[in-house]
Amino acid sequence: MLKIKEYIIEKALFMCALITVLTTAGIILILTVEAFSFFRNVSLYDFFTDPQWTPLYSEKHFGILSLLAGTFLTTVIAIMVALPVGMGIAIYLSEYAPRSFRKIIKPLLELLAAVPTVVYGFFALMVVTPFLQNIIPGVSGFNALSAGIVMGVMIIPFISSMSEDALHAVPKSLREAAYGMGSTRLQTVFRVTIPSASSGITASTILAISRAIGETMIVTIAAGQMPGLTLNPLKPVQTITAYIVQVSSGDVQFGSLEHQSIFAAGISLFALTFILNSVSFWIKKKYRIQYE
Amino acid sequence: MLKESGEMKDRIKGGSYMLESKNVNVFYGDKKVLQDVTLQVPENTVTALIGPSGCGKSTYLRLFNRMNDYIENFRKEGDILIDGKDIYRKDAEIEELRKTVGMVFQKPNPFPKSIYENVAYGLRIQGINNKDVLDEAVEKSIKKAALWDEVKDDLKKNALALSGGQQQRLCIARTLAVEPSIILMDEPASALDPISTAKIESLIYELKQNYTIVVVTHNMHQAGRISDKTGFFYLGELVEFGDTKQIFTNPKNKKTENYISGRFG
Repeated sequence: MLKIKEYIIEKALFMCALITVLTTAGIILILTVEAFSFFRNVSLYDFFTDPQWTPLYSEKHFGILSLLAGTFLTTVIAIMVALPVGMGIAIYLSEYAPRSFRKIIKPLLELLAAVPTVVYGFFALMVVTPFLQNIIPGVSGFNALSAGIVMGVMIIPFISSMSEDALHAVPKSLREAAYGMGSTRLQTVFRVTIPSASSGITASTILAISRAIGETMIVTIAAGQMPGLTLNPLKPVQTITAYIVQVSSGDVQFGSLEHQSIFAAGISLFALTFILNSVSFWIKKKYRIQYE
Repeated sequence: MLKESGEMKDRIKGGSYMLESKNVNVFYGDKKVLQDVTLQVPENTVTALIGPSGCGKSTYLRLFNRMNDYIENFRKEGDILIDGKDIYRKDAEIEELRKTVGMVFQKPNPFPKSIYENVAYGLRIQGINNKDVLDEAVEKSIKKAALWDEVKDDLKKNALALSGGQQQRLCIARTLAVEPSIILMDEPASALDPISTAKIESLIYELKQNYTIVVVTHNMHQAGRISDKTGFFYLGELVEFGDTKQIFTNPKNKKTENYISGRFG
């Protein structure tokens, strides 16, 4: 009787694991199949070189570069905000803050990641953009800068939390060695602790980039829906994710070329984040052994 | 740097001890871990501090480069003098102190950098980046640490690829590069195999010519082999201090005798 129970539970747990694997496989399959029919109508060459992305206009162009430019721009802005702030927080918490303070502040920071992204998007559109319009002339109502900055705030905990873990994991003996030779606290942090934690810091940054690339709500609300091959942060742009939202929520006919285009965009997005996550995973795994 | 330490040595020959502690008590919070320790270490000698685990010998050693300062609730009473000067005085510069008082730790702790960069580190943080100066200092220090023949062809190799014994000699080289006059060693051979241990011991003997060395060890035989003076700590007190020969052959205190003869520890 007991054995049967064990058997059932074991199989049930296995099914749970299987569901996630099957879901991923299913997503990849659908993306590939639909993207395949898309690429029967649009050549890969056009897809990667056409400077315009206008599937919803009468004159259709399918150049993914325009969407990539939007994604790239908002992501770069986000990282430029999140990396210095996140690292600053990580260094402070790991090297300077009293232990009791660290215990309180770290979970609070992680709450930043728990704020619904639609709230962030609204915040970008209604608060940050008007603020930017006040100090920088020529900022559009929808723009990459505002969305990028707010997205940067959202991913701060990705960088600060994982980097703090990496810094904290640097053995005390290395810090003592540095102090023992007359290093100041700052020298110890920048010449010993950070280089020793570099693999963890790099991995956290890549994960944060990956998160920013995949972020949808903030950019859909605040960055606009104007795909264009531009790197001007003051103008509206459209990211890959925002385009997918636009088409999925619109009245595009199922099975049409416009409809298929979101799968082509989707598979590009998937490839991008998949590669970044794999690189992050690989870096962490490769360099983890160092201290053991 | 060199000139300074040269002058310092002359002054010491004029009278004061290289290292000295006067009626030192140490507390971690409410717990007293060292009790009224008074001890003098002459220049260019090796002093061994022995005693069972938890007797306070490492804590005592770390007073001399202020390494205990990082421990929360650490408190000290009494004076710690180096070359006659109180190193805990208000205007004392910890970084400067640690350039004079180097330290080698129990577990080899090279930085995850190249062999070369490990040894150059102490100079780089002082703003010395001239390649010729660094090259010379690196070679000199590694030679002094008796490691040169083993690593001279792969100075660019990561230090973590070296064996434990080699890593420890690299850590000694790294310490020597800063040109200290005192070297504190906290059980420098306890994590090493017998052959590596023998190498470290003969190295300590060599270094005595130019440095004042204090070694913490729980290996009594090691203390007997390498040191001129020995101090026996027990439960936070310095039970007995004297010439190594006398401590090992004719201890005055019953506790020392028991420890030396292996009755506890």
